[in-house]
Amino acid sequence: MLLEISGLAVDLPAPGGLQRIVDRASFSLAEGESLGVVGESGSGKTMTALALMGLTPESARVTGSIRFEGRELVGLDEEAMRELRGDRIAMIFQEPMTALNPLHSVGAQVAEPLMLHRGLTKRDAQQRAIELLGRVRLAEPERAARSYPFALSGGERQRAMIAMAIGCSPRLVIADEPTTALDVTVQARILALIDGLRAESKMAVLLVSHDLAVIAGHCDRVIVMYSGLIMESGPVEAVLREPKNPYTLALLEARPRPGAPRGARLRTIPGAPPVTHENRAGCPFAGRCALTVNVCRTMPPPEVAFGANRFSRCHRAREVGFAQ
Amino acid sequence: MNLPVRFRRRGGASLWFGAALVAALIAAAAVSLFWTPYPPAAIDVPHKLAPPSWAHWFGTDSLGRDVASQVLAGSRISILVGVIAVGIGLAIGVVLGLLAAFARGLIEDAIMKLSDFVFAFPALLSAIMLTSTYGPGVVNAIIAIGVYNVPIIAKLTRVTANGVLAREYALAARAAGRGPIAIAFDHVLPNIAPALIVQATIQFAIAILAEAALSYLGLGAQPPQTSWGKMLADAQNVLYSAPWLALYPGVAIALSVLGLNLLGDGLRDALDPKLKTRS
Repeated sequence: MLLEISGLAVDLPAPGGLQRIVDRASFSLAEGESLGVVGESGSGKTMTALALMGLTPESARVTGSIRFEGRELVGLDEEAMRELRGDRIAMIFQEPMTALNPLHSVGAQVAEPLMLHRGLTKRDAQQRAIELLGRVRLAEPERAARSYPFALSGGERQRAMIAMAIGCSPRLVIADEPTTALDVTVQARILALIDGLRAESKMAVLLVSHDLAVIAGHCDRVIVMYSGLIMESGPVEAVLREPKNPYTLALLEARPRPGAPRGARLRTIPGAPPVTHENRAGCPFAGRCALTVNVCRTMPPPEVAFGANRFSRCHRAREVGFAQ
Repeated sequence: MNLPVRFRRRGGASLWFGAALVAALIAAAAVSLFWTPYPPAAIDVPHKLAPPSWAHWFGTDSLGRDVASQVLAGSRISILVGVIAVGIGLAIGVVLGLLAAFARGLIEDAIMKLSDFVFAFPALLSAIMLTSTYGPGVVNAIIAIGVYNVPIIAKLTRVTANGVLAREYALAARAAGRGPIAIAFDHVLPNIAPALIVQATIQFAIAILAEAALSYLGLGAQPPQTSWGKMLADAQNVLYSAPWLALYPGVAIALSVLGLNLLGDGLRDALDPKLKTRS
């Protein structure tokens, strides 16, 4: 396994003590595999991604285990972590508008990790940057390399960010909502680009998104997070076709669907996610779930396995899809 | 891109008027290095307290020294004080501010508390303390004004640097494996430079005023050196019989400070992206 995470927890200081942002997260990722992480805002998906990079806020406490290429990353010193970042593990950010420094040319920013990790000279790195910009299908890579971020469109900037991320041939690319800030047609092309690069270089991709359609089209497996907990995990098709967790089911039902009768209202999930993750006696979804029974409020939900690589964290996992 | 065009549109009149006044100040100092109508310290008692005339444009003082020459020579002291005092503030303040922004935690708290402590003393009071302890003179006055600038620059650096560090490109730079020093020089400093330049201009004006005040109190420039503040002090005794002695150094101080403040305001308007006008 390229990446094995077990019992990962991230705590952030909050008024009145630590708050658990990510709780008992365990998952793994093989070479060339694509894993989707889906969940609403505040579900802990971005914090999970940042923990992999060692980029959680200074005040955060990270516990558990993150093994990458057989090496433990939790507790690894900053110096060693810095050597991994941008070289073995790279990240693509959500906002291509702000993720590039407005004061440096695009080429210089793409060349930067190459000089840092590969020891390339400035001239060689610039040359390689132009190749990379071509590889992410930017029209006129030479011109793009010379331009400053303001001169590029959102999609072009995101391509430049991807070029910057793949420069050192990382084994793992974390894409945190890479297309959320882009319009739909550009989004499809960017995701296709990431798919193509993954196939070419056998890198693994961790795709963080709140969009189930994006995950469905571009990932092998998916984990569904809610309030810091992984609620369900398994192969993408199985999870989305036949969810075993009421939260996944509710997410699926809240999507607009083509062919729905005119005037039909979208299903919503009643209530709001818990603001603090304090009430951990029971299931965090208990207050909003249609299947809630007494035990949901008192006992933490167990991981119920469905075969070797699929589980749902729910007291009533075996009844989901039948009871409603 | 096309900075001059943007400056013309956004900086407006205050930028150019301020720049012109500051340029005049610098030109006066430069000219005085090579030429003044008379040697500024040359005493000529028979012609003392002469009103402005063709021979003495700004008149002469109670020892017959040429006021125009002294005003010209005094500009050098003002610029010297401004450059070095602001330089001290920038050199130490930027380092402290960046350290606070990057280190966080205890170091940040310590630096900021120290800044508050220094900041709490009125500038003039700490300058008087310093000069009365270590003796009056331009050097001690410069140090005192420079020390006063440090916390102002440090606070500004910390706040603006935190703003840059919160931007995604700072996180992206870390995700690319870059260290704090590289991020400070490559991402933070270029992005906070506009704010620092504006503040430095304002501090320059304050430094000129502070030097004039200290010299007026006899704690700054010492004879035979001359400075605008000292000229004002000398003029006080003969204010009614020879008002031009106070008028010309006073006008010089006022125009310099006005010019620097206008320049600072104009630069802020021109450099602040938040004020960007949509065309």
